[in-house]
Amino acid sequence: MKPTPFRGLAAALAASLPLALPGIAQAGGDNDIKALRDELQQMRQTYEQRINALEQRLALAESTAGRAEQTAAQAQVAAAAPKSAATTPGAAFNPAISAVLSGMYTNQQRSPGNWRIGGFMPSQGEVAPPPRGFSLGESELSFEASIDPLLRGKLVFSLPPEEGASAAVEEAFIQTQNLSGGLNFRAGRFLSGIGYLNEQHAHAWDFSDAPLAYKAFLGNQLKNDGLQVRWLAPTETFIELGAEAARGGAFPATDRDKNGSGLGALFAHVGGDVGASHSWRAGLSYVSTAPRDRLDDSAAPSFAFSGDSRLIGADFILKWAPNGDASQQSFKLQGEYFRRREDGQLTPSGSAAEAYAASQSGWYLQGVWQFMPNWRLGYRYDRLDHGQVDNASVAAGAIPLLAPWDPKRNTLMVDWNPSEFSRIRLQYARDESTPGLTDNQWWLHYIVTLGAHGAHAY
Amino acid sequence: MKRLFALLSLLACVAPAHALNVFATVPEWGALAKEIGGSQATVFTATNGLQDPHRVEARPSLIAQARRADLVVATGAELEIGWLPVVLRESGNGKVQPGLPGHFEAARYVAMLEVPARLDRADGDVHAAGNPHIQTDPRHYLKIGEALAQRMTELDPANAAAYQGNYKAFAAKWRSAIARWEAQAAPLKGVNVVVQHSSFTYLLNWLGLKQLATLEPKPGLEPSAAYLGEVLGRVKNQAPRFVLRAAYNSPRPAEWFSEQAHVPVAVLPFTVGGDDAAGDLFGLFDDTVQRLLKAAKP
Repeated sequence: MKPTPFRGLAAALAASLPLALPGIAQAGGDNDIKALRDELQQMRQTYEQRINALEQRLALAESTAGRAEQTAAQAQVAAAAPKSAATTPGAAFNPAISAVLSGMYTNQQRSPGNWRIGGFMPSQGEVAPPPRGFSLGESELSFEASIDPLLRGKLVFSLPPEEGASAAVEEAFIQTQNLSGGLNFRAGRFLSGIGYLNEQHAHAWDFSDAPLAYKAFLGNQLKNDGLQVRWLAPTETFIELGAEAARGGAFPATDRDKNGSGLGALFAHVGGDVGASHSWRAGLSYVSTAPRDRLDDSAAPSFAFSGDSRLIGADFILKWAPNGDASQQSFKLQGEYFRRREDGQLTPSGSAAEAYAASQSGWYLQGVWQFMPNWRLGYRYDRLDHGQVDNASVAAGAIPLLAPWDPKRNTLMVDWNPSEFSRIRLQYARDESTPGLTDNQWWLHYIVTLGAHGAHAY
Repeated sequence: MKRLFALLSLLACVAPAHALNVFATVPEWGALAKEIGGSQATVFTATNGLQDPHRVEARPSLIAQARRADLVVATGAELEIGWLPVVLRESGNGKVQPGLPGHFEAARYVAMLEVPARLDRADGDVHAAGNPHIQTDPRHYLKIGEALAQRMTELDPANAAAYQGNYKAFAAKWRSAIARWEAQAAPLKGVNVVVQHSSFTYLLNWLGLKQLATLEPKPGLEPSAAYLGEVLGRVKNQAPRFVLRAAYNSPRPAEWFSEQAHVPVAVLPFTVGGDDAAGDLFGLFDDTVQRLLKAAKP
């Protein structure tokens, strides 16, 4: 605190007063003395008041100065803030753009043109292995940004490698981003939240192709045009419930000219940690739809199915990394099981409609071990169970595609990840999907992402 | 003023205990939030001291914790870009999304170093905003702590006095600790060192050590034996005194360099929980300075 001139003045006054007093007292009587005393009292009070007022002003000035210092400090902080905050005008609100590129060389004992999953209704997706020799995988282009405080949007194009093929909308959805209470809504086209692998893009999978159960029951992946709601429970254990209502345009549904939804899905996930080194998630899923005239003409005789199709699924994943640090070593074990029940009518070409009831299942179990930084080794076992199919034509062997067969496949892979953004994988599969034929398939596959750094889902 | 403060503290004690749920991405901010939040805050720390902060996964348990948070305390500067956006998005918690008062980024309050002049992934794992390992300079905790106390006050005005009081008490202790560390570390000034990953830019800048090279060819890329040899050839004449690595880093590159160059390795805790001595923020720097001094001994 600086010494103030006012304080000095007050002190001088106080010191001089007693000296002056005796002289005055001698000159006058008692009344005068009393009057003087009163006057003095008043003077003292006035000065005290003025000094108080001055002190208050000083304190105020000091606090303002303090605030100014604080403001200066904040300004310094602001000046020190990352320079990257200032971006090119016009580019500031551009969405995060990223692309996925992939390509492969395959060596297959048998032509992929003759490949099929024996004993199961063809799922019409692009489930067959890629062409033999060199080929380009699907390229993906994605845009993502906040729309406004309430919404976020994402658009993903997939660009098929074939000459003349047009770009397809892989995903295009809006999602809430500021709701509370654990709620999230999503609308548009999105990968369904069922199962574990379904919600991940194919380029994030640990093997170069989908498990047989995904190929047979979901046509690779269930993609929905519709609405999704998810709710996360306010508990320490991760508990998430979700529901979807969708158009159901593709397998296992068929596009229908009707109001309401053509496909409904439900899922529940629970998850948590066990110590610092393990984390897990498990889930249950349910998909219900009612296809009409779902035609398959990939082989003679063609046939169409109308009825109800219900799929239940169970999935789990367990991840291990020493102390939770996956940079040196890690391991993950995952498995999924699906069971589909279809009830309705099957109409083979040139015949009348027949009753059809089938209960079929499939599962896979896989482990991926990162044995040193950037290198991983994985094994997957795939199996489908033809199960129970009640239908006159199938029983009579009139539809060879659906003749009883339990497909299975063993897959091994090793991949090298030079960085977070690139992966080169060698995969070998001994595939027994096609009845009576064993196929040895080799893949050499690269997958890279470029552009904005996306965050990875669990 | 003191009386008012005492009264407010009393009120804070009498008022129903509403804990501020804090979700800290890394241990250092968890520890700072505990210093400032005191008994008013419940702090969850998403990672431990032995995890590479770049390589955290959006685990279900983290999403569940983010759902319950009132305040997310992150480093920012893209350190958590690989996982935090997913955790926040899936949390369905409207209070802690980026840009809201419930989302605090420490890197906003310090002067960033190593801001890249060009952004290209060919340069490795570069961060557009600069080197994100800001927790290795103790002076940063004063500014970050002040801003954090301000943020907690804003979110929970009922306990304002407690947050401000805790910060003041912490800052006073911290200032004298910094003076102590600086005095202890005075002999380290101008010492040449080699680091494994550029984790300690701010620490070296604070104590005046000179970084000759990093063992990683590019940030986040594992060095090959050939590259290590190249680094060794480059820095040999400049007589590095020791090689530095964080507790979470793979030990191999630093050990190799240590053997070839005949210099000791200093394994620094890097963050709270990085080793046994680094139990809190004070322990972190006590231990860091001691380990540096030990490594620098001729």
